[in-house]
Amino acid sequence: MSDTLLSIRGLTKAYPGVVANDDVSFDIQKGEIHALLGENGAGKSTLVKMIYGLVAPDKGDMSFDGAGHAPSKPSEARQAGVAMVFQHFSLFDALNVAENVALGMENPPAPRDLAKRIREVSELYGLPLDPARMVGTLSAGERQRVEIIRCLLQDPRLLIMDEPTSVLTPQEVEILFETLRKLKAEGTSILYISHKLEEIRALCDHATILRHGKNVGTCIPAESTAREMAEMMVGSSFATPAAHDRELGDVLLDVTGLSLPQQGDFGTPLRDISFQLRAGEVLGLGGVAGNGQDELLMALSGEYLTEAGSVALKGADVSRHGPSARRNAGLLSAPEERLGHAAAPDMSLTENGVLTAAERQNLTSNGLINWGKAQGFAETVIKTFDVRTPGPHVAARALSGGNLQKYVVGREILQDPEVLVINQPTWGVDAAAAASIRQALLDLAAKGAAIVVISQDLDELMEISDRFGALNEGRLSAPRPVAELDMEQIGLMMGGAHGMEVAHVEH
Amino acid sequence: MIRLEKRPQPSQAWTTFSPLLAVFLTMVVGGLLFGMLGASPFEAIRTIFWDPLFHPNFAAYSRPQLLVKAGPLILIAIGLSIGFKAGIWNIGAEGQYIMGAICGAGAGLAFYPSESPLIFPLMLLAGLAGGWAWAMIPAVLKTRLGTNEILVSLMLVYVAETILASAASGFLRNPEGMGFPGSRNFKEWGAAHNGELIANTGMHWGVVAAFIAVIAAYVFLSRHIQGFNVRLTGEAPRAARFAGVNPTRVVLFCLGLSGALAGAAGMFEATGPAGQISIDFNAGYGFTAIIVAFLGRLNPIGILLAGLLMALTYIGGELAQLMLSLPGAAIQLFQGMLLFFLLATDVFTNYRIRLSRKEAA
Repeated sequence: MSDTLLSIRGLTKAYPGVVANDDVSFDIQKGEIHALLGENGAGKSTLVKMIYGLVAPDKGDMSFDGAGHAPSKPSEARQAGVAMVFQHFSLFDALNVAENVALGMENPPAPRDLAKRIREVSELYGLPLDPARMVGTLSAGERQRVEIIRCLLQDPRLLIMDEPTSVLTPQEVEILFETLRKLKAEGTSILYISHKLEEIRALCDHATILRHGKNVGTCIPAESTAREMAEMMVGSSFATPAAHDRELGDVLLDVTGLSLPQQGDFGTPLRDISFQLRAGEVLGLGGVAGNGQDELLMALSGEYLTEAGSVALKGADVSRHGPSARRNAGLLSAPEERLGHAAAPDMSLTENGVLTAAERQNLTSNGLINWGKAQGFAETVIKTFDVRTPGPHVAARALSGGNLQKYVVGREILQDPEVLVINQPTWGVDAAAAASIRQALLDLAAKGAAIVVISQDLDELMEISDRFGALNEGRLSAPRPVAELDMEQIGLMMGGAHGMEVAHVEH
Repeated sequence: MIRLEKRPQPSQAWTTFSPLLAVFLTMVVGGLLFGMLGASPFEAIRTIFWDPLFHPNFAAYSRPQLLVKAGPLILIAIGLSIGFKAGIWNIGAEGQYIMGAICGAGAGLAFYPSESPLIFPLMLLAGLAGGWAWAMIPAVLKTRLGTNEILVSLMLVYVAETILASAASGFLRNPEGMGFPGSRNFKEWGAAHNGELIANTGMHWGVVAAFIAVIAAYVFLSRHIQGFNVRLTGEAPRAARFAGVNPTRVVLFCLGLSGALAGAAGMFEATGPAGQISIDFNAGYGFTAIIVAFLGRLNPIGILLAGLLMALTYIGGELAQLMLSLPGAAIQLFQGMLLFFLLATDVFTNYRIRLSRKEAA
């Protein structure tokens, strides 16, 4: 009996126009945590989908514990002993934990037995979870535990985890890592997909690195530096954003004691948020999703109005002004949700240009839209930001997420905002395009604009921000210069313990 | 297995041709229906679609009726379509039509028997205001209390019908009418009469207003920024808010506009073709206009054509009742079928059919 659990030889999968995986080979040993590392779009997801039976490879073969492994559907993969925790959860909010777990099982046991087993497994692996809780009331971290426990109940021999830490606070990450180490000690192999290098160095035994669908190398993370792995991962194909030594100008945006009651059933109230932003400055706001990011963007864009005196633009109070008035005054914004919020799905790119640019770009006269001019503006955005699309007549929903993101960001940047508020600027965008969006933001700041970047990607925030603050349950930690921060402090800020941490630093 | 697959973007061809296909399917199934009722399908279809315009004996009478019937349908449907584009569902145009007629007629009758040339414009303004005010009830309830405008506007139709009955037999009753219900006859009062502008065409001021509304709505929706905002509100409400559109104002505008146009249509009808306010003065134009709006794809030009087509089925339907003794309900069913098939074929604008072999289990 060999020590290899899963052996992959020459796996190739091509989609029209793109080779997602090109002759990928590697082995996963029994009882190891194996990292699969690569940028967005490097082919990690396609590869694990083949292992899990969601996608059939064009070429190549796999063997699982010596036997051939070619699952045609996930249930076959599960039978062989492969389990997977997806990045996006498939849970029903209105059902409780046990019911959700039962829905994902081939032969669920009786509800009472299941609840008992969930309790056993959750205690055994240090993942506290009450089977009777409604999933709608759980945090992202707890939802992930539901998915993990669902997998563990099937006694998997290989557990695949797709970007598990993207929704977790640093403290929750530690709990997860303990669980994974325990599983490893019991002989379960784990295929751990991530692009976070420090995590991989802390957790994984081996790492396979994909770039443009190819296996470009394997390393032992603990013996490599993060820098070495990053270089393998990205190659040197794109320029990193220029360093930012900017002269800061006057205060452009002054937010004082901004509060907003909870909107809707799942909203987060904003509580007493204050910060100042100077010309030329980039303020990065981190935090786990759902801690008030959307609400803050909407309170700044003017979609939600807040108490008089809470938002001042260039010294003038705009808190009671709607989006159009704020836009005319120079405050522009780009929400996270592209389809339906930043853009109307069934409208063309030209029409979506008019959506925010009508007044600043003088696309109307006497209330009548000049469609020729509007199309010209859309074409400029498409060209400047390299949006891949047949033309401005195409409906927004026909664009890929990354391309639409480029269009939405470009639409705001090309209107020369004085203050730009942007939520998740590079979400779902490939690395080269992400770099160009970040560069465009930095260029805008260099021209004297003030920018608020709300993002879940800490690396991104560290790269482009001058100061960093974190949102937690609708509160904002006092923003601090990025140069002074380390990972532990950021984690504490995101966890909401800012008061303690300031005291700690002062000692 | 047949699956529906979402198209990457709406099909232009289907947008254009689905109304034609719907008309065709309605003719086929309607023909079958008439056949089952014992009439010859071909004769029934011909009576409905062809005879009103070209029959040697009836055409002279029924041809002008085309514009008389199409006028109010188009005028009301134009107003409704703008609201529908924004996702605001005014189902109560029938009630606004009645209130417009009552207010328009009432404002005129207050000055009876004045022959001032200002009487008719005054009545028009009163008609617009009556319909607008009636539509403001669901609008204000919706924006203030979040009620559903579909239910409120629909319910108000029945309230308006009761007011109409009381007007016709009470406060607007003709004092010289020997106790019969119904207002004075406007056909006998020059200053207030909305007569034919060109003899034997059916063209009256209401039809002129309908044509103007078509052109204005076309420009408004395709070129004006507020028209763009209305469309945006319907397509993506969150994006509209992000763009700076005030949702409350859109609701007030759309319901107000559709109410005012329906009210004007009612006033034109009462002073013209109907001639008076009577208990059963309303002929269902307000409801049929909903079909017209959808049949015309909420597009002003489409509504113009759909209004004419619908008017044709009205006139042809009456003719078919008369000539082939088909029941009136069958004609209404036939008209309803048109909307049904339109909505059904509409699916293919956004979806396409994919045939896939069933995978071996």
